[in-house]
Amino acid sequence: MSDIAERVKKIVVEHLGVEPEKVVEGANFIDDLGADSLDTVELVMAFEEEFNVEIPDDAAETIQTVGDAVKFLEKNSA
Amino acid sequence: MRRVVVTGLGMVTPLGSGVETTWSRLIAGDSGASQVTAFDVSDLACRIACSVPFGDGNDGTFNPDQWMEAKEQRKVDPFIVYAMAAAGQALDDADWHPTSHEDQCATGVMIGSGIGGIGGIYDASVTLHDKGPRRISPFFIPGRIINLASGQVSIAHGLKGPNHAVVTACSTGAHAIGDAARLIQFGDADVMVAGGAESPVNRLALAGFAACRALSTGFNDEPAKASRPYDKDRDGFVMGEGAGVVVLEEYEHAKARGARIYAEVVGYGLTGDAYHITSPAPDGDGAFRCMSAAVKRAGLQPSDIDYINAHGTSTPMGDELELKAVERLLGGHAGKAAMSSTKSAVGHLLGAAGAIEAIFSVLTIRDGVMPPTLNLDTPSVETAIDLVPHEAKRKQVDVVLSNSFGFGGTNASLVMRRV
Repeated sequence: MSDIAERVKKIVVEHLGVEPEKVVEGANFIDDLGADSLDTVELVMAFEEEFNVEIPDDAAETIQTVGDAVKFLEKNSA
Repeated sequence: MRRVVVTGLGMVTPLGSGVETTWSRLIAGDSGASQVTAFDVSDLACRIACSVPFGDGNDGTFNPDQWMEAKEQRKVDPFIVYAMAAAGQALDDADWHPTSHEDQCATGVMIGSGIGGIGGIYDASVTLHDKGPRRISPFFIPGRIINLASGQVSIAHGLKGPNHAVVTACSTGAHAIGDAARLIQFGDADVMVAGGAESPVNRLALAGFAACRALSTGFNDEPAKASRPYDKDRDGFVMGEGAGVVVLEEYEHAKARGARIYAEVVGYGLTGDAYHITSPAPDGDGAFRCMSAAVKRAGLQPSDIDYINAHGTSTPMGDELELKAVERLLGGHAGKAAMSSTKSAVGHLLGAAGAIEAIFSVLTIRDGVMPPTLNLDTPSVETAIDLVPHEAKRKQVDVVLSNSFGFGGTNASLVMRRV
């Protein structure tokens, strides 16, 4: 697992209070990890903070799984 | 009018988590006050408070994880966590966990707070200032607003009846119980989960109340002696935190399911001073009319009152004005009644105060013991009323009056009696 993936996983575990084993690449925040719409907004904010990037709202809407987040951040974070 | 009884009790206080923990320590004369260490108080005039003792849940400590998931706690101010705990305890105590749609719709929630999430509002303001609006959490608003205590409790327990919240400063808890009882009397609900919650032990709230000259500042080195209602050396109240929640129930509903009935809510009075934003009216007339209305509603005489749980915050002005109003109410019967201020032990829980004090009043009926007014070494005025100084006192108590008065000149009195 990449450094970025590890950091994403840590944030997801912390914010959603889920078991680390459940935070796999294909896990959907809402369907698989029990997030609601406000949780996903906060997750994106936490990614922005951790990776020092700005995630526009239209991009944020495409980040629905752990893998989506990792891919976006690998492409956009410094 | 339908009758309303109390069938469940729950509380989180500076003396611990749970009604029996708090009550036994209160009767033993323990104080919940201590020096504040959770945040910097070095530049504050008041450096003490009555804080909830967090712990693993053993020995009466408060373990929030027992009442709300850790990830949910993170999103809300402590007053909501305290409300969830007190409401959970009260519903367990009442053994009322409605599952049918009908029962859920007949059960409502009315938990108020004086100021709600002031700590979280402070933190978010700093975030906004330092990092800008994109760093404000989507949970900022729903974790701070006052009616989310009622909202969270309703969601956790599936309570689909009236969902309401009271905001009347330090009268909140009493108003919530009185108003909830009326909803039951009018048939809007058969059961109401009612009370107050507050989490004001933080720098901003301490600074604000100190600026109002409301807090004790002369006992920073002796916290347990700071809250001393009616004593000549009193110099302000000690901030407290926590929640008190009762389950109120229509009498026949409670009887039909064999619920344990602690007491009946027979009287409720509400008045306004129309005088000043923070000071009580010098003539005490608002307090007098409030108590009189509650006693009249109860169909009782002032002479029927055995025990009064005073508002008694330990401020120089307020205590004596309340005492005079009570003397006026009781007239020639002052020598028969007893009145104590439990704020001497738990501090002033603002919007939760009236709720926990209503619970203490109910327990006075149950156990025939009146909690003491701590630190009452030298009363500042003479009175025929027994202020129960220093030590709890045994007495058969059938009728209680609980007073709450708040900023803005808002007054609430509850009368409860043995069933």
